[in-house]
Amino acid sequence: MPETLWTVLKVFIVVNVVMLHVAYVVYFERKVIGHMQARLGPMRVGWHGLLQPIADGIKLFFKEDIIPSSADKPVFYIAPVIGVIAAIASFAVIPMWEGFSLANINIGILYLLALSSIGSYSIILGGWASNSKYSFLGGLRSSAQVISYEIAMGMSLVGVMMLSGSANLTDIVNAQSQTWFIVSQPVAFFVFLMAAVAETNRTPFDLPEAETELVAGYATEYSGFRYGLFFMAEYAGMFAMSAVATVCFFGGWKGPDVWFLASIPGVVWFLLKIYGFIFFYFWIRATLPRYRYDQLMGLGWKLFIPLALANIIFTGLIKLL
Amino acid sequence: MEMETTISLLDIRPLVPELTMICVGLIVILLDLIVRKKEVVAIVGIAGTLVALYGTYKLYGFYEPQSAFSGMFVLDGYSNFFKLIFYLNIILTICISFKYMAIEKASFGEYYALLMFATTGMMIMASAADLIVLYLGLELMALSTYILAGITRKRQRSNEAALKYFFLGAFSSAFLLYGISLTYGLTGTTNLREIASALQTLDLNGSPIMYLGLIFMIVAFGFKIALAPFHMWAPDVYEGAPTSITAFMSVGPKAAGFAVLGRVLFGAFAGMQVQWASILIPMAVLTMAVGSIIALAQTNIKRMLAYSSIAHAGYMLLGVITGTTGGLMSTVNYLAIYLFMNIGAFAIVIMLRREGFQGENIEDYMGLSKSHPLASALMLIFMFSLAGIPPTAGFIGKFYVFMEVIKAGYVYLAIIAVAFSAISAFFYLRVVMYIYMKDPKEEVVLTRSPSMSIALAVTAMMVLILGIFPSFLLNLVRYSILG
Amino acid sequence: MTAPQLFFAYFAVMITVLSLLMITRRNPVHGVLWMLVLFVHIAGLYIFLNAEFLAAIQIIVYAGAILVLFLFVIMLLNLKKEETVKKFQKHWLVGVGTGIIFAVFSVSIVRKIEVFPQLGKYTIEAVKAEGNIMTVGKVLYTKYLLPFEIASVILLVAIIGAVVLAKKRIE
Repeated sequence: MPETLWTVLKVFIVVNVVMLHVAYVVYFERKVIGHMQARLGPMRVGWHGLLQPIADGIKLFFKEDIIPSSADKPVFYIAPVIGVIAAIASFAVIPMWEGFSLANINIGILYLLALSSIGSYSIILGGWASNSKYSFLGGLRSSAQVISYEIAMGMSLVGVMMLSGSANLTDIVNAQSQTWFIVSQPVAFFVFLMAAVAETNRTPFDLPEAETELVAGYATEYSGFRYGLFFMAEYAGMFAMSAVATVCFFGGWKGPDVWFLASIPGVVWFLLKIYGFIFFYFWIRATLPRYRYDQLMGLGWKLFIPLALANIIFTGLIKLL
Repeated sequence: MEMETTISLLDIRPLVPELTMICVGLIVILLDLIVRKKEVVAIVGIAGTLVALYGTYKLYGFYEPQSAFSGMFVLDGYSNFFKLIFYLNIILTICISFKYMAIEKASFGEYYALLMFATTGMMIMASAADLIVLYLGLELMALSTYILAGITRKRQRSNEAALKYFFLGAFSSAFLLYGISLTYGLTGTTNLREIASALQTLDLNGSPIMYLGLIFMIVAFGFKIALAPFHMWAPDVYEGAPTSITAFMSVGPKAAGFAVLGRVLFGAFAGMQVQWASILIPMAVLTMAVGSIIALAQTNIKRMLAYSSIAHAGYMLLGVITGTTGGLMSTVNYLAIYLFMNIGAFAIVIMLRREGFQGENIEDYMGLSKSHPLASALMLIFMFSLAGIPPTAGFIGKFYVFMEVIKAGYVYLAIIAVAFSAISAFFYLRVVMYIYMKDPKEEVVLTRSPSMSIALAVTAMMVLILGIFPSFLLNLVRYSILG
Repeated sequence: MTAPQLFFAYFAVMITVLSLLMITRRNPVHGVLWMLVLFVHIAGLYIFLNAEFLAAIQIIVYAGAILVLFLFVIMLLNLKKEETVKKFQKHWLVGVGTGIIFAVFSVSIVRKIEVFPQLGKYTIEAVKAEGNIMTVGKVLYTKYLLPFEIASVILLVAIIGAVVLAKKRIE
């Protein structure tokens, strides 16, 4: 029994820590993009705007939760919740430092893929249940986009699984003690990175919420805390994807084994790498224009999937020889 | 861990014909992009089939039942004979569909590729020695035929046919899977031979749960063969599908269904002959009754031929019911004969189709003999053969089945079958009567093509030759099955 | 009842209830949603049977790909009129009757099973020692290589079929 309690406590702590990070990722984004555009970003609440995320959270929480009269209510209610649950549940299998993950399961990668596909329901359903054209178009776009890029993502991870001989994330990290998989699987990494951006509906693949044409896409009719949940799901998803990229391609919690660097705890390395990826997300958001929808689909099906397939064949050949 | 199952490259050898068919199917698709003339694509399809036929013949040369892929796939005379039927089926189908598909504005290269894939599925079914392979072969065949039935996609009837076929096919697959899982749960294996021995050692022959599993499987095969009461889809699908595909479907999947029925019942459930005969006998009687009697009321020739094919399935089933090798041989023999006479009949139906004229109504045949004596004579031969009138092959087929049924002691079944056979003669002869004894309503122009002539010549010749000299085919069947 | 029995009872009952919910919904999107929950429960049953790989595949393939496509199609079709049509015709009683007779029949037969086949070599311990994915992969690529390859041809045919039946033709 105490063991179960301890697990529950661990889950509680991890979820809260992740939520806190998610909140500050938003702050981080506004700062990064602000500075890239020669602005300062949030400055008012707290020192350099440090309390801004908390203020935003409180504001969203107390705002009125408006539900369109012609919406499909049960689905409208549940859609954002699915997204948040799927995104947060991803962290259950991610090893954060040596020997620590909430659930060290053998099908880690598959579990992550399964959750990311469940997560796409939140957007599709949210778009449909709102009973608005903009939302609906956003939902449709997102479903097509997520299905297409999920294939590329799954296939890019196959190379990693082949090299490490396991789908267990801890095993994958341990397999990278010599060289990180970014070195041996650069193509897979590239495909994964692009697919991750598309899966989380981020610029330049943020067609489902393209504000110039669809107002806010699937989230148009949402307000108050339900909108906040969508927001959270997106950022938590981004955080999860960065964690997966770190674990699968950048050696997870492992840092360089030299000098004083060896004494820095693994979790710091882990977080550093994650924030590196998150910075990358912001960087391309501030740099690249949005793709057109047919370009997006063409890219996914005609470039990334063949690339990932070729990578699998190539890896297999190398392993065989 | 016990010994690992190993698979060597040599395992591929018995599969060469199937692999050839798949490869040619893929080539056909690619060729379709490059070549504008669809005739070339069709000829490549025929050539590929001939290569596969040659492969089967070569493998037949060292006749010894071979098994591959840890006993999942067998190559024996039984499967080879069925493969021969499938090859002839696809070649004749391609021959009769050249012009026809152009008229239907659906002469796509994929049409020929799908025919090849469907045939591959049938071949896999005939060679399956494991329920999983059997199921997958069946799905490969079924999926391809669903698409083929709906390939003239501008016609609503065709769409309806494809959809109906798909739904009922999926339904029957569920039955098959349920039967397979029950069998697997009881015996712990899906291999047909191992099932037979497990049934013996565990003393499960005749147990009610095995009976249930068997019923499920027979229901599923019954759907594919179009046995009553699972025949409901057949008339609508046969009528709605393009005629060439109707010809293909009425022979291929039926033969494949009988191949697996024979393989499963004789291979795995030989000890339960009493049980499966008790299911099949009422089905056979009902099938013959439904096929013969409802066909009387049809005015559309494709629909009439659909009911006729149901009735024929009933006769063929009689041979299986006997549970003897002789009975099985008579069924196989009947199938081979049915191939020629049925495709021949459909070929004539296809010839009546031209731009802006369906030619599917029986009244369209009125006075055909005045304007087209040769085609009329051919139709006469096919109709006589389907009715089972000597000296055509259809008579021989029926004759041997009835003989075997009597030999096995089911005299009453033979009497019933003869009675229904007499009833069915009525609607076949009605077509002949329309052709020869009525005055033409309007002039009928036939669509001719060289390949069609070849197909007609081959089918008509075979119907006559096999009717007069049946021993050739019978010996071939005997040699294939008994060795 | 022991814990595994409770577990199984939960999943079995839920699967039945959910499938009933699924087919009785008037709104097709709601039907699909119940199907999603149903799939998750089936995956749970797989985990219960120590088939974790299958469970993951169940979610990824069925919930993640197939069902999303279902939703996609249903949403594009705009089935407003179909929603008002009566869902079950008169024969539904016949169907339910047949189903009940069949269920009673099967249950009465299944309860009589006394002989069980010998257990195969893939015991839970053997699978766990090697890892679920590894075991499945090995079996799939050795013993079941042929069925696996046939399945790939079937998928190819499905793709060709979709293209043939749905693609715009340039005359």
